[in-house]
Amino acid sequence: MSAELVAALAKTGLWVFALLQVAPVMLWLERRAPAFMQDRLGPNRVGPLGLLQGIADAVKFIFKEDTIPSGADRGLFLLAPALALVPALTTFLVLPFGPTVEIAGHTTALVVVDSDVGILVFLSLASLGVYSLVLAGWSSNNKWSLIGSIRASAQMISYELALTTTVVCALIPAGAMNLGAVVDYQREGLWQVVTQPLGFLVFLVAAFAETNRLPFDLPEAESELVAGYHTEYGSMRFAMFFMGEYMSMTTLAALGVTLYFGGWSLPFVDFSGFSGLVQALLGFGVIMLKVGLWLFFFIWVRWTFPRFRYDQLMHLGWKVLLPLALVQFVTTAALVVGGVL
Amino acid sequence: MTEVAVFAVFAAAALASAVVVVAHRNPVYSTMSLVVTLLSTAVLFVLLGSPFLAVLQVLLYTGAILVLFLFVIMLLNVGRERRLPGPVPLQTWAAAVGTLVLFGAVARLLWEAHGAVELAALTPDFVSTGKLAEALFSSYLLPFEIIALLLLVAVVAASWVARRGDRGEDEGVSS
Repeated sequence: MSAELVAALAKTGLWVFALLQVAPVMLWLERRAPAFMQDRLGPNRVGPLGLLQGIADAVKFIFKEDTIPSGADRGLFLLAPALALVPALTTFLVLPFGPTVEIAGHTTALVVVDSDVGILVFLSLASLGVYSLVLAGWSSNNKWSLIGSIRASAQMISYELALTTTVVCALIPAGAMNLGAVVDYQREGLWQVVTQPLGFLVFLVAAFAETNRLPFDLPEAESELVAGYHTEYGSMRFAMFFMGEYMSMTTLAALGVTLYFGGWSLPFVDFSGFSGLVQALLGFGVIMLKVGLWLFFFIWVRWTFPRFRYDQLMHLGWKVLLPLALVQFVTTAALVVGGVL
Repeated sequence: MTEVAVFAVFAAAALASAVVVVAHRNPVYSTMSLVVTLLSTAVLFVLLGSPFLAVLQVLLYTGAILVLFLFVIMLLNVGRERRLPGPVPLQTWAAAVGTLVLFGAVARLLWEAHGAVELAALTPDFVSTGKLAEALFSSYLLPFEIIALLLLVAVVAASWVARRGDRGEDEGVSS
């Protein structure tokens, strides 16, 4: 095997390993954190502090019966959960977690695919996620599932506009579509959360809608739709939707961190004195720490705000967030042309 | 060698899925096959040295347009009994003849073009995003703006057509 291939496999392995840990950790946090907020205990029987509850859940998922409704479209019903993992397990490819370093005599950039169209690769792979929801809802042959998936696709397409516009704003000052360049730009100056607060706010709200999290979880609103698009799914197939959602949250949070919070870098700290391998691990640790804080914010918001009504959701997306994103776009462009940024 | 293998796999996938698109009776399966066709073509674009075009293909066609296709098919909810009974015989023959003629024309073109003109190889710089943007916003600025205007007109017209049916009924509801 060539050195390039080994490097690519090692970097991919690091990301996949981290992403697979996200679902159990988030599962635990999603139960214990709100319990703390509401002055309850939460699950605390399995293992110390209930930490092994995730393993118990995984065992339950594996051993539960895998049912397929008789009216369902078999092929698409089985395909849909697998598609939920596609964007989650591919978008990290273009996210940088360190500078170009030398490891074991080979110079390598600490990003799996160092592409000049990096951010577009991320957005295009993320946009494939909607297929899983649409197919799950349609193939289940269940009216709740169908309504859930129609809501999901309309919501994701609507909020994708605002999200993409803010991403463009974040790219303008760096003058490149390579995410590594965006991080380098922030290392030399301020983090973009300071220079583009409006764009960051729109990105944050749109990220909630893109991942179908409360207050925008209308596709699976349990009080009206049972469980939305995954009503008919059980056992591991349900778990795949579940994992896909948490992994998508993680990669989207990692994109937000890269665009607005300096990515793998820390202010006033210089990693360049360390060896290549240490730099890689430190960079990855920093980005995961920032992503962790972002994910905690996701949980915090979920247990704080009530759900939106569907027309309010559409109103917010099209009439508030998109114009705000455009304001940020024009402002950023003017500031860059004026030489301020 | 790897390149040839990748080309073979994805060219075959594109052709096979394209056949499924026209042959399958269930429109949802046809649409999903079209997704495979477009993704495979995107890979071919990468092999040709234009990742930008490939990514746009995935972002626009598979990420947005085909989702709308699927949306419409799902909302119409074509039941099992109402699916197409199969192509009309005349249609089959017309399609066969048309395909043969097109295949002959393309084969002839390729045969004559082969070795006739020495084309300059594409350089990474030539297909870079910067060069593309430069061309789009200088030499092709007018067509670019006209297309933007056309799309705007289409959006306005579509929303007007959609609103016409229920005017006056739910004017008070914010939508």
